[in-house]
Amino acid sequence: MQAQAPIIEFAKVNKWFGEFHVLRDIDLSVARGERIVICGPSGSGKSTLIRCINRLEEHQEGRLVVDGVELTDDLKAIEAIRRSVGMVFQQFNLFPHLTVLENLTLAPMWVGRMSQKDAEERALQQLTRVQIAEQAKKYPLQLSGGQQQRVAIARALCLTPKIMLFDEPTSALDPEMINEVLDVMTELAKQGITMLCVTHEMGFARSVADRVIFMDHGQIVEENSPAEFFSHPKSERTRDFLSKILAH
Amino acid sequence: MSAAAVFAPIQSRPPPMAVEGVWPWLRRNLFDGWRNTLATIVVLALLAYCLPPLFEWAVWNAVARPDNAACRAVGPIGACWGVVAEKYRLILFGRYPYSEQWRPLVACLLMIALIVASCYRPFWRRWLIGAWIAVLAAFFVLMYGDVFGLSVVETERWGGFPLTLMLSTLSIVMAFPLSILVALGRRSHMPFIRTICVVYVELIRGVPLISVLFMASFMFPLFMPHGMTIDVLIRILVGFTLFTAAYLAEVVRGGLQALPKGQIEAAQSLGLTYWQTTRKIVLPQALRLVVPAIMNTFIGAFKDTSLVTIVSMYDLTGALQLALGDSNWRKFFLEGQLFVAAVYFVCCFAMSRYSRWIERHLNVGTRRQ
Ligand SMILES: Nc1ncnc2c1ncn2[C@@H]1O[C@H](COP(=O)(O)OP(=O)(O)OP(=O)(O)O)[C@@H](O)[C@H]1O
Ligand SMILES: [Mg+2]
Repeated sequence: MQAQAPIIEFAKVNKWFGEFHVLRDIDLSVARGERIVICGPSGSGKSTLIRCINRLEEHQEGRLVVDGVELTDDLKAIEAIRRSVGMVFQQFNLFPHLTVLENLTLAPMWVGRMSQKDAEERALQQLTRVQIAEQAKKYPLQLSGGQQQRVAIARALCLTPKIMLFDEPTSALDPEMINEVLDVMTELAKQGITMLCVTHEMGFARSVADRVIFMDHGQIVEENSPAEFFSHPKSERTRDFLSKILAH
Repeated sequence: MSAAAVFAPIQSRPPPMAVEGVWPWLRRNLFDGWRNTLATIVVLALLAYCLPPLFEWAVWNAVARPDNAACRAVGPIGACWGVVAEKYRLILFGRYPYSEQWRPLVACLLMIALIVASCYRPFWRRWLIGAWIAVLAAFFVLMYGDVFGLSVVETERWGGFPLTLMLSTLSIVMAFPLSILVALGRRSHMPFIRTICVVYVELIRGVPLISVLFMASFMFPLFMPHGMTIDVLIRILVGFTLFTAAYLAEVVRGGLQALPKGQIEAAQSLGLTYWQTTRKIVLPQALRLVVPAIMNTFIGAFKDTSLVTIVSMYDLTGALQLALGDSNWRKFFLEGQLFVAAVYFVCCFAMSRYSRWIERHLNVGTRRQ
């Protein structure tokens, strides 16, 4: 049987911020339904890497194909890809001037061309999924951090994306709230959606990820199954990093 | 060693009551320490010195009848409000034909009603645009005439409050969308658009309004094809709009810059297009951040319309000069000026109060208390 085509494929992707070479020869292919955790020291280019996937950042060299479409300057293609890729940010980035429900219905109504009624129905389903339906009429700033991040996840799910990107979704949260967000993400992972998640929650990586990727200095240093990654890291650099973040 | 502390929750209770009488309030606010007390006494003394003579002049000794002899008799110790009573129609409507002055009156009332209605947020719907077009058309039909049996009144005879109201309202209404486009253009990725916007703003800001008006009224026709003329009122209106929009664009740009980048990224990641993001996410947030500064520019634009007198148009202040041209009443220019100032003040104060109200109103729920 022929293997299915990867849903995301980086081929020798390079990117610079001015003179600064932030992504160096990235080769990565992600299979449909695969769950990937990306970790690495601050400034190593993790955010930049996943932001290239929905073109919040532009790469300058190499090929990047998402869901069969190559990312170029073609605006229509970019908008199509953004419809099938959901993203969750460290700072939540909910729209403070809209209620929770309006945050969720915005894209279905304006991008998905749904009627308001259908969009609200869809939104309530997603809010129920992240267990926060009773807050629909509130404004984002009236919620706790953990609740806001769950709303942000629900918002990203409203367009039924094929791929979900998470950029350190729990690092702006108080410890008490981290688990409520990780639980939602774990639940989501079980449902077979493709996930790329930048996080240093190693417990989550161990239990959910199919593959862990370690980045440093704009390069992918190591990719491995979680079991191997934590017990027998291949490179010295990885071992060093793990000893630092797992020390306590 | 002590035993393990037991956690005993404390019941929540209401905050202490803020009962306070007149005396504690005065003490705390006016006589709190010797500096505060001294300041209070100085201010009270100043008021005691200034207010009674002012009251005597403006009310007690004042002549309110349009009686020239009585005004002259009372001399400098009393105000002559008679000048306003005598000349108010000339001041308010300028040289508009006397018997037709019901037309500008109705036109202004319509316009004011529309402006008041536009202030109310539930009315911010599509039909409001239609209402604006209808009222503006009615305004010009009433003022100019030539239909429905109304006699023609050329624009050079328009004056007084209707002219002030029309110039300021129209220039603000047109400058606002223009300023948003310019502010967005200054952040455009296209160098050509960005340059045009920067040059426009810098050029207009670097020139006094008087020069802009002069150019609009005298230089503009030189560029027009031969034989083609545009009414001076429209040229002036364009001048005002361009001037106001340049300042407003900088205000709007300030709001755009204050918006966190994550907001735009979140909208983009949801697949919203540039214009959808701008309309639904960027502008609603950026504009409400700068409501006070926007209203400040509006108030400035409203008062700046008084500069049209330099191109021989008689707005409220110009019409006052016309009225004071009467040598019998020229002496009482101060009272006339105070009257016109009062008209301006009422309008500007209303704008200022509205600004504070709408700012609070727009922020309901979006800020933590
Ligand atoms: N817009 C930008 N312009 C210039 N440099 C940038 C920009 N965004 C990021 N960088 C730089 O690129 C490098 C990689 O950034 P990136 O955000 O991808 O790192 P990261 O691995 O996500 O780090 P962190 O764990 O701190 O989020 C950093 O050194 C950062 O300073
Ligand atoms: Mg990052």
